[in-house]
Amino acid sequence: MEDLIYKLKQEIITELKLEDITPEDIDADSPLFAEGLGLDSIDALELIVLLEKNYGIKIEDPKDGKKIFYSVRTMAEYITAHNVVA
Amino acid sequence: MNKVFIGTDNIITSLGFSTQENIGNILDNVTGIRLHSDPNLSRNPFFASIVDDMLLAVHFDGILNHFYPGKKPDDFTRLEQLLLLSAYDALSKSPVPADNKATLFILSSTKGNVDLLADTKKQLKNPNKLFLWDTARFLSRSFNNPNKPLVVSNACISGLLAIIYAARLIQHGKYENVIVCGGDIITEFVASGFQSFQSLENGACKPFDAARNGLSLGEGCGTIILTSKEEYASTPKIEFIAGASANDANHISGPSRTAEGLFLAIQSALTESGLTTGQIGYISAHGTATPFNDEMEARALNRTNMQDVPVNSFKGYFGHTLGAAGVIESILTIHSLQSGKLFKTYGFETPGDIEKINVIDEHTSSNINFGMKLASGFGGCNAAAIFAKK
Amino acid sequence: MSIITKYCIIRDNRIVINGELDYQADLTLPFIEFIKGAYRHYKFNYLKFFKMDELCKLAYLGSEMLLKNDNFLDCYPSNEIGVILSNCASSLDIDIKHQKTISDKDNYFPSPAVFVYTLPNIMIGEICIRHKINGENAMFVSERFDPDQLWQYAEMLFSSAKVSAVISGWVDVMYDSYAAFLYIMEKDNLPEQRQSQIINKSYICNSSQHLSELYNRHF
Repeated sequence: MEDLIYKLKQEIITELKLEDITPEDIDADSPLFAEGLGLDSIDALELIVLLEKNYGIKIEDPKDGKKIFYSVRTMAEYITAHNVVA
Repeated sequence: MNKVFIGTDNIITSLGFSTQENIGNILDNVTGIRLHSDPNLSRNPFFASIVDDMLLAVHFDGILNHFYPGKKPDDFTRLEQLLLLSAYDALSKSPVPADNKATLFILSSTKGNVDLLADTKKQLKNPNKLFLWDTARFLSRSFNNPNKPLVVSNACISGLLAIIYAARLIQHGKYENVIVCGGDIITEFVASGFQSFQSLENGACKPFDAARNGLSLGEGCGTIILTSKEEYASTPKIEFIAGASANDANHISGPSRTAEGLFLAIQSALTESGLTTGQIGYISAHGTATPFNDEMEARALNRTNMQDVPVNSFKGYFGHTLGAAGVIESILTIHSLQSGKLFKTYGFETPGDIEKINVIDEHTSSNINFGMKLASGFGGCNAAAIFAKK
Repeated sequence: MSIITKYCIIRDNRIVINGELDYQADLTLPFIEFIKGAYRHYKFNYLKFFKMDELCKLAYLGSEMLLKNDNFLDCYPSNEIGVILSNCASSLDIDIKHQKTISDKDNYFPSPAVFVYTLPNIMIGEICIRHKINGENAMFVSERFDPDQLWQYAEMLFSSAKVSAVISGWVDVMYDSYAAFLYIMEKDNLPEQRQSQIINKSYICNSSQHLSELYNRHF
């Protein structure tokens, strides 16, 4: 799980263009959409694309996004539970 | 400052190739938004309002020889065909001389011939067609107009902003007549983009409705002629009396929750017109039916104390026509002023969980003297314009 | 008589403000490296910058150059400042990138963060958000920079009291080349705070003819 969390942090940094932020700067349990990272509604949609592109997981209802993308850990847990990529 | 009169017009959407045809279908409660299964447009079937290919071919064939004898329909892009048809229809009914230096063309489009990006062969044949100024030039030269045409490309307010620009030029005596043409086509480029925003409705959109969940894309073209010459005005005579744009300064895709930009645009238009909100008899909203847009517009109407003014959205009939929307919907606003008929908001049944506004839910007769058109778009832009019946 | 009180040119990896070189980087540096280097050099602290496409990065940086060490924004209410921009290629640069995300049906991932930039007026939005500007907006597309069109539009806005000042000009990114020519244009009868700010109380241009000459001197 910790490997996946680290990988996710790197992917989030790349996909959401969070320049000058390192994986160490992101706390796995802190809310992603709080002040700190400055993520907005477009970033929320991008995370949906990230999940599909990198993990083959399609989120049918975007409203589920709030729970899934709460933190890096909740994302990792969701991926582990739904992963279709070997 | 010169007065600005409204001349003839044309609307082309899936509901017809003339303003009359479109209004006829609107009065018959017909929507042109359908399920389309075209892998060239979208991976999955999606709802949109698309001009019929065969009808477009027949109509264009009918005028091709008049403009370009010897050329084939394939020498023109889809948008070029629509623009030419639309401008031709409006001008053929108008005494305005299109080839005169006192007449200017303004094109409004968000993406122009963006379908060429998917067609390398066609792109290489004429690479300039990727540029909006080339499309504008094609349009104005087709009518032998000697002036450099202008292009407004300002997201979904383009059409209304182009009309406001045209009016300002006439008010300031720069031109006697301005022909404003707005057009955008449905492409995979745009459909895929809105799909990635998860902002498309699964059906015909439902402006201001409790169950609204997104917009419907539409393709279309509108032409409206503005003139300083009262003898060129269509009847009953309608004047453009005020217009403004303003920015939310909030977010590039989400509208301001306080409707700051639209509020400012409305205020600016009202100040310019000298009217009070009580004098506005009807509002044609932007009304895209996305949860946030409609909420924002309801906010703006309440902030400006116009929550009781009858308001509608046309987008349930022919979708959101992007660069054409401001032109097409202004034309319909003007026709409402002229005919005294206010059109119902197709797709609206139950008021949504937004601030209370007075949504028109059935075709109504109402003698109004002042109508307002609103528009908002990506980039936080907003515009408002007021038309008056003399 | 309306006047231009400041201008900025960004091209060939150089940033010039009111005719003086303010920053430059090696000409061989690709645009993206140049613009990020400039952002870091000036120590701007605006994380949204990194999400912008190239056109918006260029427009944003140009606006920062015009407004740094200047009281312009303090002299006018936010709804009395307009942003009137123009270019040749619209948003072609990012359009091509968006098209790439949908051209391979087996690797089909359109991105909202890319798509949102496929409109040329987004750069106006970015400038307005950054500097909290609410006034009139307009985005024009023309084959070449048209000083007469922009001057005339601003003056029409001034004379109908829509705005009292504009940030205006040309910002274009097309294939491998880029250019920005941005300026602040103000209505005559400057507010007092503004008069004292402008160096030597002098203006740079006071007609579209001057503006055209200024542009031709640099381009």
